[in-house]
Amino acid sequence: MLKFIRRRLLQLAPVLLGVSVLVFFGMHLIPGDVAQLLLGDKGTEADLQRIRHQLGLDRPVYVQYVRFLAGVLRGDFGISIRTRQPVMWEIGQALPVTVQLSLAALVFAVVVGLLIGVLAARYPRSALDTGSMVGVLVGVSMPVFWTGILLLLVFGGMLGWLPLGGIIDGSLEYRRITGAPLLDGLVAGNWTIVRSSVRHLVLPAVALGSTAMAAIARMGRSTMLDVLGLDFIRTARAKGLAERRVVSRHALRNALLPVVTLVGLQLGLLLSGAVLTETIFALPGLGRLAITSVLARDYPMVQGVVLIAAAVFVVANLLVDVLYVYLDPRIRYE
Amino acid sequence: MKRVSHWLVLVSLAAGLLALGLGGPAGAQPQKTLVIAIGADQTGLDPQTVQNNESGFVMSTIFDSVVNYKPGSSEVGPGLAESWTVSADGKVFTFKLRRGVKFHDGTPMNARTVADDLDRAINPNNPCYVLARKGVDTYDDFTFGSVTDNTVAKMDVVDEYTLRFTLPDASAPFLSSLAMTWQGIMSPAATKQYNCDASQHPVGTGPFKFVEAVRNDHITLDANPDYWGGRPKVDRIIFKIVPESATRMLMLERNEVQILADVPPSDYARVQNNKALQLYKQPGLTILGVAMSNDLGPFKDRRVRQAMNYAVDKDAINQGLYAGATTASQGMPPVLWGYNKGVAPYPYDVARAKALLAEAGFPNGLSTDMMVYANPRGYNPIGGAKLGEAVQGYLAKVGINIKITQYEWGAYLDRFRHQPWEGFAITGWSGDNGDPDNFLGDLFEWDIAKGRARTNNTSRHHDPAYDRLLRDARRTTDQAKREKLYEQANKLLHDDAPWIFMNHTNQVRAARANVKGFLLNPLQMFFHMELVSLE
Repeated sequence: MLKFIRRRLLQLAPVLLGVSVLVFFGMHLIPGDVAQLLLGDKGTEADLQRIRHQLGLDRPVYVQYVRFLAGVLRGDFGISIRTRQPVMWEIGQALPVTVQLSLAALVFAVVVGLLIGVLAARYPRSALDTGSMVGVLVGVSMPVFWTGILLLLVFGGMLGWLPLGGIIDGSLEYRRITGAPLLDGLVAGNWTIVRSSVRHLVLPAVALGSTAMAAIARMGRSTMLDVLGLDFIRTARAKGLAERRVVSRHALRNALLPVVTLVGLQLGLLLSGAVLTETIFALPGLGRLAITSVLARDYPMVQGVVLIAAAVFVVANLLVDVLYVYLDPRIRYE
Repeated sequence: MKRVSHWLVLVSLAAGLLALGLGGPAGAQPQKTLVIAIGADQTGLDPQTVQNNESGFVMSTIFDSVVNYKPGSSEVGPGLAESWTVSADGKVFTFKLRRGVKFHDGTPMNARTVADDLDRAINPNNPCYVLARKGVDTYDDFTFGSVTDNTVAKMDVVDEYTLRFTLPDASAPFLSSLAMTWQGIMSPAATKQYNCDASQHPVGTGPFKFVEAVRNDHITLDANPDYWGGRPKVDRIIFKIVPESATRMLMLERNEVQILADVPPSDYARVQNNKALQLYKQPGLTILGVAMSNDLGPFKDRRVRQAMNYAVDKDAINQGLYAGATTASQGMPPVLWGYNKGVAPYPYDVARAKALLAEAGFPNGLSTDMMVYANPRGYNPIGGAKLGEAVQGYLAKVGINIKITQYEWGAYLDRFRHQPWEGFAITGWSGDNGDPDNFLGDLFEWDIAKGRARTNNTSRHHDPAYDRLLRDARRTTDQAKREKLYEQANKLLHDDAPWIFMNHTNQVRAARANVKGFLLNPLQMFFHMELVSLE
C-alpha cells in the first residue's frame, strides 16, 4: 500500500511538469507586452525598460522557463506581478478558503445525496422516489452560476436570512490561523467567528454541491436498487435481520463503491465550479485568484495557481483510490 | 438501534448547524461602522508602490501627504505641512510641518521622519529605494523626477519642522503631485520593521488606522482619535470587496453596506427612486477620445480633424452607448481648474463637416484605419470596440470609410504606443494629480528638448504656440496666472482638434441617505472621511 502511494506521488512529477510547460508557454503566447500591460496607458519608455528588466522579460522565453522551474523546485513560485507579494503567500491566503468551500460542498453532496438515494431505493416508485428524482434531475441540469444567483436572490436578497456573500463579518477582528475561518473559529473556540463563517458558508456550499448531490443521489438510488435485489440481501432478510440493518449495514456498504468513484470524479467539478461560485458569492478563494490573475496577465500567479490546483486534484484522486481499500477489502494495491 | 442513533446524530447536527447559520444578525457591531463596497481588492497599501484605484481608496483614509487636497476639490491645501513658500524662480519649495502629530505606531511626525520616508523615492542608495523593487508601480519618478535623467528633486531637512525641496527646473505642478494619495507618508519605522515592504501593514498619520486585511474579502480600519484634523465621526470603516455589481446593489438596499464605490448606469434610477438612498454624481477626472495621427495621412490637416469632430453626435453616443453616464468633452475635464468655460464641445453638424472636408481637398471623403480594443477602461466603461463602431457609423455619413481592427488590450498598447500607426485609435486618460498640466501637457505636448512627442502624446500633436503656453504655466507660481494660461491652452487645443473629443466618464457613487458629510473628490479617492457621519 505504501509502495502504491509512493509510486502515485512520484507520478505527480511528470504530470506537474507537463502542466507547467502548457501554462508557461500558453501565457507567453498571448499577444502583448506584460510590462506595458502593467503600466497601462501611462509610463515612460524608461519605466518600460526597467520593468521588463526587473521581471526578466528581456530574456529569451526558454531562459525564463528554466529560471521559473528552478524557482519552483526550491518552492519559490516567484512574485505576483499584480500585488508584488510572493505567489505562495497569495495562494496560502486563497487555498484554505477553497478547500473549506469544496469540503463543505462535498459533505452536503454526500450526506444529502446518499440520504435521498437510499430513501428513493428503499421505496421505489413511491411518491417520495418520483418526487426526489424529479428534483434531482432539476439539480443536475442547473449550472452552478444559476443555482448560486437564485439562492443568493432568495435567501440573501428577498428573505434576508443569510449574508450576500463574503467569507466573514468584517467587524469581528478575525485572527487568521489556518485561513479557513470556520476551522479557525473552532480552533480558537470563538463561537462568534464560527457562527459568522457558517452563515457565510451555507449558500455557496449548497450552490456548489447541488450538482454533485444530484449525481450522487441518482447513482446511489440505482446501485442501491441493484444491491437490494441480490441474493445475500434476501438471505439477510430471511435470517430475520431488521430492515434498517439490512439497508444500512449490508446493502449500503456494497452500494457505496460506485458512489465513491463518482465522488472522486466530482472533485474535479467542485474545483472548477469553485471558480464561478467564488465570484458569485465574493469568496476570496483560489478560483477567484485565478480569474483575477488571468485578467491581469499576472503570469507567475497563474502558473502557481494552476500548478497547485493540478497537484490538489491528483492528490485528491489518490485519496479516493486509497479509500477503496477500506470500503472493499477485496481490493489490494501492490 | 445503534444505526438509528447515528442517523439521528447526523440529522440533529445538520439542523443545529442550520439554526446556527440562519438565526439573527451576526455579532454586535461597534457603535458606528461605515461599510464601503468596492469591486476588487487592494494590491498593497504602501503609497509609493501602487497605482490602482482600490489601493488608493483605502490609503486615502490611512495616510496624509505633505499637502492634501481640499475637501471636494483638486486644489491643494494644508496637509502634514501647515504652510509653504515657493521661491521666485519656482524651483525651491519650503514646507513648515505641523507640530505634535504622531504616526499610528507612535513615531513622531517631523521633518526627519517625513524625509526618511521620501528618501525611498529619490535616493538610489536607500536600501528601500522604491524604483529598484521588482516591477513596482510608482509615481515617485513622476513626482520627484528621475535619477537616471539627472532631473531628481533635492530634499533638505532645514530644521525639525522645516522640509525643503529644490527642483532642477521650475515646476508648479509639483505641489499637486505631492498631494496625491501615492505620495502619502508612511511611518519609516514600519518600512524598516517590515523589511522595506509594509504594504500589508500600513502605518500613516491619517484619520483611520489599519486594523486588518483579509485577502479579497475586506479591509478594516479604526478611527484615529488623535487625528490632527479632528476625531473622525465614525468609529470604524470596513472596505468590503464584492466583485458582482448586482450583489453590491442588494447589499446597499439591505443596509449591509452604506456606500458603493461605483454604480452601473442601469442602477441609477433604482438608487434615485429609493428614498433611503442617495446618488452622488459629477464629471470624472478622465477623458475619452478617438486619437488621430496628427503627423500622418489626411489628419495632418487640422480642417480634416475638425470635420471629424463635427461629424460625430457625442450626445447621442452618450445617451445610446453610455446610458447618460458621461459628459460631452471639449478637450478638458470640467472639474479641472483652468477649464475654459467659453469653449463648448463641437456640435453635431454634418454639413459643416462635409464643407471642411471639401475645403481640405477631400470632397469625396477618404478611407482609413481604426484600432480598437474590447475591454472596459476606467475612462471608457463600455470598451473601445462599441465606441469604434458608433464612430465608424457616423463618419460613413460624411464619406469616411473606416476599416476597424480589434486588438487584445496588451497588443493594443504595443501598437498604439510604440508603432507609428496611421488613422484613428480609441484612447483615453485618467488624471493623476488634478493639475491641468497632467491633461494638457501629458497628452498633447511636444518634448522640445528631445524633438519628439511626449510619451503619452500618442496622437503626436505638435503646436509651438500651445507648447509655449504650457511651459510658461509650469514656470508660474501664481495660481490665478496659471489658470489664465491653461484657459488659453484649452482654447488652442479645442481648435486644433488632435482627437475626436468624446466625453468624460462621470464619477458616480451611491450611499444610504443617513450618510452625511460625504463629498466626491475629482481625484476619485476617499479623502477627508473624518468628516463623514452616520445619522
